Formats: sequence, structure tokens, C-alpha cells
Amino acid sequence: MLPFAGALLAPLLVRMMKHNAGWLLAAIPLAVFLHFAGMIASVSTGNAVSGGFDWAPSLGLHYQWFLDGLSLTFALLISGIGTLIVVYSGGYLKGHPHQGRFFSFILLFMGAMLGLVVSDSFLMLFVYWELTSITSFLLIGFDHSREASRRAALQALLVTGIGGLSLLAGLLVISQATGIDHLSTLLGAGDVLRQSPLYLAALLLVLGGAFTKSAQFPFHFWLPNAMEAPTPVSAYLHSATMVKAGVYLVMRLNPAMGDTVAWETILPLFGGATLAVGALLAIRQTDLKQMLAYTTVASLGLLVMLTGLGSDKAVEAAVLYLVAHSLFKGALFMVAGLIDHESGTRDITMLSGLRKAMPVTFAAAMLAACSMGGLPLFFGFLAKEEIYAALGSPHGWQALLLLVAICANALMFAIGFSVALRPFVGVATKTPKAAHEGPLSLWLGPAILGAAGLVAALAYPVTHLYFSSPAASAVAGKPVDVHIPVIPHVSLPLLLSALTVALGIAAYLGLDRLRGMMANVLGAIGWGPDKGFDQVLRGLLRFSTGLTRIIHCGRLDVYMTVTFIALAVSLLLPMALFGELPSMPAVPDFRFYEWAVLAIAVIGVVAVVRARSRLAAIVSLGIQGFAVALLYMLFGAPDLSFTQFMVETLSVVILALVMTRLRLAPTDHRPLVQKLLDATVASACGVALALLLLKVTQMPFDDRLSQFFNTYSKTIAHGRNVVNVIIVDFRGLDTLGEIAVVMITGLAILALVRIRPKNPVSGAKVAEEA
Amino acid sequence: MQTLIFRTAAPLLTGLMLLFSVFVLLRGHNEPGGGFTGGLIAASAFAILGIAFGVPAVRRALYFHPMAISGFGLFIAALAGLPSLDLGMPFLTGLWAAPSLFGMTVDLSTVMVFDVGVYLVVVGSITSIALALEDREHD
Repeated sequence: MLPFAGALLAPLLVRMMKHNAGWLLAAIPLAVFLHFAGMIASVSTGNAVSGGFDWAPSLGLHYQWFLDGLSLTFALLISGIGTLIVVYSGGYLKGHPHQGRFFSFILLFMGAMLGLVVSDSFLMLFVYWELTSITSFLLIGFDHSREASRRAALQALLVTGIGGLSLLAGLLVISQATGIDHLSTLLGAGDVLRQSPLYLAALLLVLGGAFTKSAQFPFHFWLPNAMEAPTPVSAYLHSATMVKAGVYLVMRLNPAMGDTVAWETILPLFGGATLAVGALLAIRQTDLKQMLAYTTVASLGLLVMLTGLGSDKAVEAAVLYLVAHSLFKGALFMVAGLIDHESGTRDITMLSGLRKAMPVTFAAAMLAACSMGGLPLFFGFLAKEEIYAALGSPHGWQALLLLVAICANALMFAIGFSVALRPFVGVATKTPKAAHEGPLSLWLGPAILGAAGLVAALAYPVTHLYFSSPAASAVAGKPVDVHIPVIPHVSLPLLLSALTVALGIAAYLGLDRLRGMMANVLGAIGWGPDKGFDQVLRGLLRFSTGLTRIIHCGRLDVYMTVTFIALAVSLLLPMALFGELPSMPAVPDFRFYEWAVLAIAVIGVVAVVRARSRLAAIVSLGIQGFAVALLYMLFGAPDLSFTQFMVETLSVVILALVMTRLRLAPTDHRPLVQKLLDATVASACGVALALLLLKVTQMPFDDRLSQFFNTYSKTIAHGRNVVNVIIVDFRGLDTLGEIAVVMITGLAILALVRIRPKNPVSGAKVAEEA
Repeated sequence: MQTLIFRTAAPLLTGLMLLFSVFVLLRGHNEPGGGFTGGLIAASAFAILGIAFGVPAVRRALYFHPMAISGFGLFIAALAGLPSLDLGMPFLTGLWAAPSLFGMTVDLSTVMVFDVGVYLVVVGSITSIALALEDREHD
């Protein structure tokens, strides 16, 4: 994929050519655009372009792409607007120290987005989906020295990341239910999926992914916050790409999952709610970018709503509006950035009278706003006509949707013109910077996009033939012919459009008053999902801290008690449950000195328990250990006994050293309850181990291994001491591992002994952080 | 532990124990003993020396840091497995050679090198733990 290679090159080019690298780098998306444009002719006749190769065939993973009308429309929007954005960022971030990195990020993002829309296999779709989340995180947090920026980036990543996981689960459920893991085959197998009992689960999970990505209510909050990003990012992510990914997914799956009651209820409901909330919140804002961001939320809601209705007209309207929105929103965001760049402020209340200073910008903004407002002769008008045609004959609760659509469209009309008209008309005011027209690289993008909205509409037969119809067919899952003309003709949709425009003008004139009202209402509510997000995060942090405190309490005795209880339970429980308890062994026939050694061991244990001072207890433990070593010796295990002697000696020495070092009280001062508890746990462990050993010795003994070692120890390994031969020769690799463990343990203990807090305060801090 | 008897006896005891530990190590192939046991004996020897004369004295006597000794042991133990690879046999296969020295046959093997590695790892690790615990300077 070309953009990924470009991302590698970008920093280098910027170092060499400064901001002019933008022009050269724009050639990359342009080449992609032309490449995709070459496929228009074949795709518009209904032939999908596909291809791919095996990735990991043994796992059933394939890397396959698939382009039909919908994918192609998206790919052209992404690469086309991407070209303009790269040019625009060259001028916008002129002189920024990290411009190369920025180009890198934006090209990476472009690559991920293109990959997403042409993906065929589920896996590829998911990988690119996550890639867009990650790259958008980098882009939104580009200005990483600002707290707000970092928060917005993290918020976007978390919300879309959770959605991504939900999507993954949804895709897995789909392939479980149908056995299909490619979109192209799934489209033809919609009936299988719809009749599957897992349909609802799959639908909810996939929508979880799509709704978070496309900022549907109640997940809409991350989108306006993401306006912390540099304007080229907002213009790109929120016009044609990132947020449209969710819409793409919904549209893509419409033939496979649509046409059910759940689909036609959930989507219009959430879409309509988002449309209403977005439009209402938009008028509250005074920042140009924030106003546009909320109208984007509203537009996304509209798109989801239309896709959810699923009728031919609604699908056509969705596709037309998708294209129209990408064009005018991209242009308006760039205009907002341009105004900000040249005048130093984005606050609409401080801007007016810029038309003399920035005539080209003004023209571009007006073109875009006319399209956004749905005025005749513009592309937005075509979309609006289709929307009202789709909603025009409502039945039941869909009348509500029509009402919401009219009001929201009117509000968007007002916002569009207040962004495009208000800063330019009126008396010129003083702005932080003396405003003047921006350089070519800055106004080229909005001008082309604005003009495209007009040209595409005027040349509507061509547009419909090559874009609208193929894309709408792909969404509907059957051939659909779009033939809405740009010339107004008297009908119900036109009347509704006129009503919208009239309401919009009224809203535009009364915008300040509306804004005040909204501010009061929102102030009265005082809580939104944005705050909720913070609360959830805080709660999560507190929960994990609390959990860590409980599990990781820092008290050695608690750890040991828990470990030993677990040991006793894991040994005793299975034995008791499965009736595997050993039978009572007969009293063995020992000689008197063997009894004596056993007695010494028992005395040692009693002495440990009764010892008043800790030192005496440790030494008594040694006595017990030596007695056990003697027993080994007597019963024919000299090696084991030898080692046991040494281990006992060293453990007494080391325990004594540890004790002096820890400066413990010389005597035990546990309360009685604690003593009883510890004694119970200890006895349980002892009994459990004893039972286990008894059981093991009562099993029939398989001596094939002993036979083998005894036979071959001398002949193969030249050693008479079987134990040692096993250690160093037959099981040499085990021993190598063991001595590595010995050494690592030694290192760890050394480190633990050496750790000393520099002063008590920092020590306490470390403990708190841990 | 500054008693005269202990301080006089400690170096002798340490020397004897070290000698004995090497003996145990080398005879391990045919009689009870081996790298683990030998290593533990040597570690006890150093612990005794440390109790008698203090940690710095032991560190001087050892010259190398005990952990470095341990690391070296692990290194040669792993190294002992390599020659067999060269002969197309699995890693760690024992190889034997029996050269004659001064009219006596001495059995040498990669297995012995491996066992010496085990010995050094055990000596180094246990000694470094014991010494670190005995070290009172930082208190």
C-alpha cells in the first residue's frame, strides 16, 4: 500500500524541503486516487474488483480485498480529500517542528482507512479498523504537550478501541453462525445470518463497533473533544474518513443484516437521537470547529438513520448525503482552520467583516455552506430531496423521524451559514492577528471541495451513473438506479426542503438567542456522557487500586497463610471427593535405632513448637532436619541424605542470619487466635502431605525407570552413582535449567537484601505506587 | 563471633571443607556426592569464614564476586553441552576421553565439566546470599 511507504518517507522529505514537502507528498494520495479512478468504469457496471493472497493459510487467514461501488466511492473520497488535506497541512503547519511526523501519521491513517474500505476478509477488516483507531489517536494527540489534547486522544482511543473489540466479537459471532469469514460471500448469505439464533447478538456487537466509531449518541462525546487536534486532522477525520468508518460498516452489512425488525428499529432510533442531540448541541457552541463537530455528529446520525430505514429511497439518500457531507464538511473545516490561521481566533462572536480580507476563502465557504444547507443546484440539495422522499410518506413513529430531520436540517442550515457567512459579513473587527488571504496551499482544498459540490450536482447524470447508483446498489444489495435531477420540480420533498430552508433562516437570525437558551438547558442538566466518561475512568482506577490493595497487601504472613491454605485444600479436597484416601498402613518393623532416630525427629518438631525464643526454634528445626537426613541414610539413600545434611546446615545458618537482620522481637508474640489459625493451617498441610505420600507408596510401583537407570548407568554413562548420573547425564538439560533457576533466585535474593529505601518517605511512596 | 578458638579454627576448617567439597564433587560420579552437594559444602565453608572474620575478608579471599562465579558456572555447564552438537548428537550428550597421565588412566568427560558448572553455580549463589545477609556494614 502506497500510503504506508509514503509515511516512512515523509519525515525525510520534510527535513529536506520544509513545508513544501506537502506538495510532493500529496502526489501519493493523488496516485492512489487516480488508481482507484481507473476502476470506475468497470465497477459502475456492477463488476466488483477483487484479489488477494494467502497470509497464513494454515490458520485460514487470507488477505483479500474487494471493491464494489460502495468501497470505491469511499476509496475515492478518502484519497481525493486526502490529497487536498496533505497540501493543506503543508501550509497550515508551516514551520512546525514535527511536520514530518504529522505527514507520517496522516499518511498512515490514510493507508489504514483505505485498507478498511477495501477489506474483504473479516480479519483484515478488523486489523485496519484498529489501525485507524491507533493512528487517529496519534493524530488527535499530535499536539501532545497539551493536557486537553492528550485527554481527547485517549478518550477517542478508548471509546473506539472498546468498539473495536465489540466489532471483533461481532465478526466472530457472524462467522460462528454462518461459517463465512469474507464480506463478499456474506453479502449473498444474508438469509442464513438473519435466521440464525445468534443474529441479535451479532447485530448488537457489530453495532457497538459502528456506533462508537461513528460517534452515535451516547458515544458522541469523543468527537467534539477530538477537535483538539490540528485542523487538517479534524477536516480529514471528521469529514470523509474515521467517523465514516462506522457508517461504512453499517452500509456494508445492510444487505446481510438489514431488513429485520431489530435493524429497522435500533438504527433509526439511535440515528435519530444522534441527529437531534448533535444539532441541538451544535448551536450551543461559539467555536467554529466545535459547531462543525456537532453538526458532524448530527450528520452521522442522519446517515445511520437512513441506512436503518432500508428502503430504496433511504439508501439512495444515505449515499448521496454521504458524498455531499464529505465534500462540504471537509471544505468547511478547512475554512474554519484557515480563518483561525489567518486571524488568530475561531470564536464566532469575535469574527466579522472578513470578506474583503479573505475573498477566496469566503467564496469557498459559501459554496460549501450552500451545499450543506441543501440549496438548489448544489449536491446537498440532491441529498436533501432524497432524504425527504424517503421520509415523506411516514407511517407510525417514523413521522417523528421526519420531524427530527426537518428541525435538525434547519439547525444545520443555520450553523453552516453562521460558519460560512457570519465571519465574513458585517463591520470588520479587530482580530488577534491582522487577517489576510491565506496562501494557495490553504485555500486550494476548500475551493476544490466547495466547487466539487456544485459540479457534481450540475453534472448529475454522470455522478449518478458512476457513483450514486453503484454505491447505492452495493448498500441495498440489489441494483438501484439513482436519477434525482438537480432542477427543482414541485413535489412534497421540495416543499419540505423549502420549509427546512425557511426554518433555517429563522434559526440563523435568532442564533444568539437560541444559543443562550441551549446554554441554560445544558446548565440545568449539568451532566453529559463526557463527564460520565471521566467518572467511569475514575471508578475503574479506584476499583483496580482497591483490588490490588486486597490481593497485594504487602504482608508476608498473609501471603504464606493463603499459599499454605491453597496447598492443603488442593491436596485434601480431591482425595476426599474421589474417595482416594489411603488405607491405614501397618506398623513397620523397625530396629531400635531406627525408632530412636524417628523419636529425635519428633522431639525436634516438638521443640520447635515449644521454643520460647526464635533462635531456639530455628536450631530445633535443624535437629529435626538432621534426624530426617539420618533416616534417609538408614534406608539406603546416601546421596539424598548427604544433600539433606548440607541443606539443613545452611538453612539454619541463613535463617539465623535473616532473623538477626530483620531485628525481630526474640520471642513470638502472636495473639492466641492467630496462633490457633496458623497451627490449624500447618497441621492441615502436614496431614495432607502425609496422606499423599501414603497414597503414593500404596500405589503399585512401576520400576521400569529404575531398571533402566540401574542397567545403563555404568554402560552408557560410565558412572556407578545412579543418582548423580541421572542429574548430570540422563537428565542433564533439566539440571541446566535448575542451576539457572538457582542462580536467578540467588540474584533475586541478593537484590531483595540490598534494597533499602533512601529515606522512609520515598519508601512509603514506592509502597503506595506499587 | 570473636572467640579465639573459633577464629583460630575457622581458616583450617574452611580449607578442609573446601578440599572435601572438591573431593565430593569429583567422586560424585561413582560414589555419593556430586556438584550440588559439593557446592553446598563449599558454601558452608565460606559462611564459616564470613562469621569468623567478617564479610570483607571473605570477599577479598574469593577475589571474584560470588555471583560472577555463579554465572561462570552456568556458562561452562551450558558450554559442556556444545561439543556433542558438533558430532551430530543431541545437546548435552556425554563425551568421554581417557588419556594416560603419569601411568594412570584419568577419565575426563564433558559430564564432569557440567558437574563443575553445577558446583560453581551452587557455591556462587548460596555464598552471595549468605554474605549479603552477614554483611552488616550498611545497617
